[in-house]
Amino acid sequence: MKLRDVFITEQNCITPIGFDVATNIQNIANGQSGIRLHQNKLLMVTPFYAAMIDDAIVKTAFQKYADSANYTKLEQMMILALLPVIEKLKPIFNQKTALIISTTKGNISALEKLREQHLQKTDLNQLGRVIATFFGFSTVPIIVSNACVSGILAVGIAKRLIQSECYDQVFVVGGDEVSKFVLSGFNSFQAMSDSPCQPYSIHRKGVSLGEASAAVCITADATNATMRIIGDGAINDANHISGPSRTGEGLYRSVERALLESAIDRNELDYINAHGTATSYNDEMEAVAFNRLGIAHVPLNSLKGYYGHTLGASGLLETVIGIQSVLENKLFPSLGFDEMGLSQPLNIIGKNEQKEINYWLKTASGFGGCNTAVVFQKMTS
Amino acid sequence: MIKQATYIKAYCSIQNNKIDLNGTSVFKTGECLFVDFAKAAYRNFELNYPKFFKMDNLSKLAFLAAELLLKNELETDRDIALLLSNKSSSLDTDIKFQESINNQENYFPSPAVFVYTLPNICMGEISIRHNLKSENTFFIFEEFNPGFMSNYTNVLLCTNRAEEVLCGWVEYYKDTYRAFLYIVTTTFGIPHDATTIQTLFNK
Repeated sequence: MKLRDVFITEQNCITPIGFDVATNIQNIANGQSGIRLHQNKLLMVTPFYAAMIDDAIVKTAFQKYADSANYTKLEQMMILALLPVIEKLKPIFNQKTALIISTTKGNISALEKLREQHLQKTDLNQLGRVIATFFGFSTVPIIVSNACVSGILAVGIAKRLIQSECYDQVFVVGGDEVSKFVLSGFNSFQAMSDSPCQPYSIHRKGVSLGEASAAVCITADATNATMRIIGDGAINDANHISGPSRTGEGLYRSVERALLESAIDRNELDYINAHGTATSYNDEMEAVAFNRLGIAHVPLNSLKGYYGHTLGASGLLETVIGIQSVLENKLFPSLGFDEMGLSQPLNIIGKNEQKEINYWLKTASGFGGCNTAVVFQKMTS
Repeated sequence: MIKQATYIKAYCSIQNNKIDLNGTSVFKTGECLFVDFAKAAYRNFELNYPKFFKMDNLSKLAFLAAELLLKNELETDRDIALLLSNKSSSLDTDIKFQESINNQENYFPSPAVFVYTLPNICMGEISIRHNLKSENTFFIFEEFNPGFMSNYTNVLLCTNRAEEVLCGWVEYYKDTYRAFLYIVTTTFGIPHDATTIQTLFNK
């Protein structure tokens, strides 16, 4: 069966280092991280490192469009991410236009009160309705909640839905916030670093959490497309619910599947935008999987050193930044990396470089043993 | 749109202390809490999988339904994708975790609880039990969405991402629960379409 081609045309993101893609790219090029030491006893008793966006800055930006009192911070962030994409493309909101929401915990901070009216806020369907209503989507929002792969998995799902002609155009918006809930949880796992996270480094001590939102438009229409999505896979390790497979089996199979569909030779890959959370097990697992795949020589970075781990937003945010860096033929350093801390080699990007990039791979892995890989091709002219 | 014919090979429903397999009641108990019902079902079907007792209620529910559908599958390396959905995500366990961190004097966040504060963990449990190194995705919808589920299942089957798909609805919140899982294949069974799965869901 002949499947349709699928493209990305527009993207945007809201992060601690910028409220548009250009500002984010400029800050990344200057080695600027959003991770800071925070002392906020409402979130955590002890000081912690995280990449957070000041509530007041979100509110000021949002107030230009609607009354911020009627929206949570996360809703404001997600609407702000999607807004310029919608304004530029002016889509027709018919039955062929879908909205995919990617999040792990949504408005989980509303749970702190444990009262019924706040519990309703934590309903992910309500988060979907708020965003769909703001813009005027006429289809039911499709909410993807698949742990830390959600953001990039949502891109793969959008691609499949367009390939098979269920929809012509899909807007994907991802977001998650730093909350007491998530900080306590990662801390209870002893998975949080007591300094800014250092993916792939021998000195890495765990994750730094972050908050962000990101949005892309994925479509069957090649007009003004920046990327073609040429392959994807999302395969489970079937090994452990809270740790990755030591052989990287699910990631290995996800990349294999994505490459097979893309019909490119793996040696044509110019860049890998990996997950790199800076936990001991995750980064080591990636090294094992990429070596098994024969792609360990491909320049690779993790953007967690700039943004921390933004959970359900991360895969989408890193795709947005990846797209822009590929369009500009720039390879950005994997911030926080110093000395190699893996049992097998990876070609970790250490400084700003110019390189012609045509084919690139985005990966993520998460709790529950899930993994996702997507291969992109840059559209030329 | 994808037009290839697909079929429902088997289906399982769990609600109100009762398990139905392919429309026939296979287990029920008197009125009791879900944890007790789940334990009774585990014993009745001689599951012999001690990890079951570490799972949260959403995972236990999904696991039981999957168990009944997959236990007679004899092949070892099966390519069965998982495609599950619900309304409340992991909110039932989220509340338990929130209670453990709300009180500064009584602050005891447990990693064993935290890991279940994601809805897709139940798919991880099923994958591990049945060695399903396969495609898996968890969706959240206001209510069971037969149109979307049947479309996406057909996408997975017709693009050769899986030989079969274990799909459906698995919702657990404050002791109210419903599982409706079914296996879709390209070979034989009840014709698979949105109307049929909605009808089976409503039974």
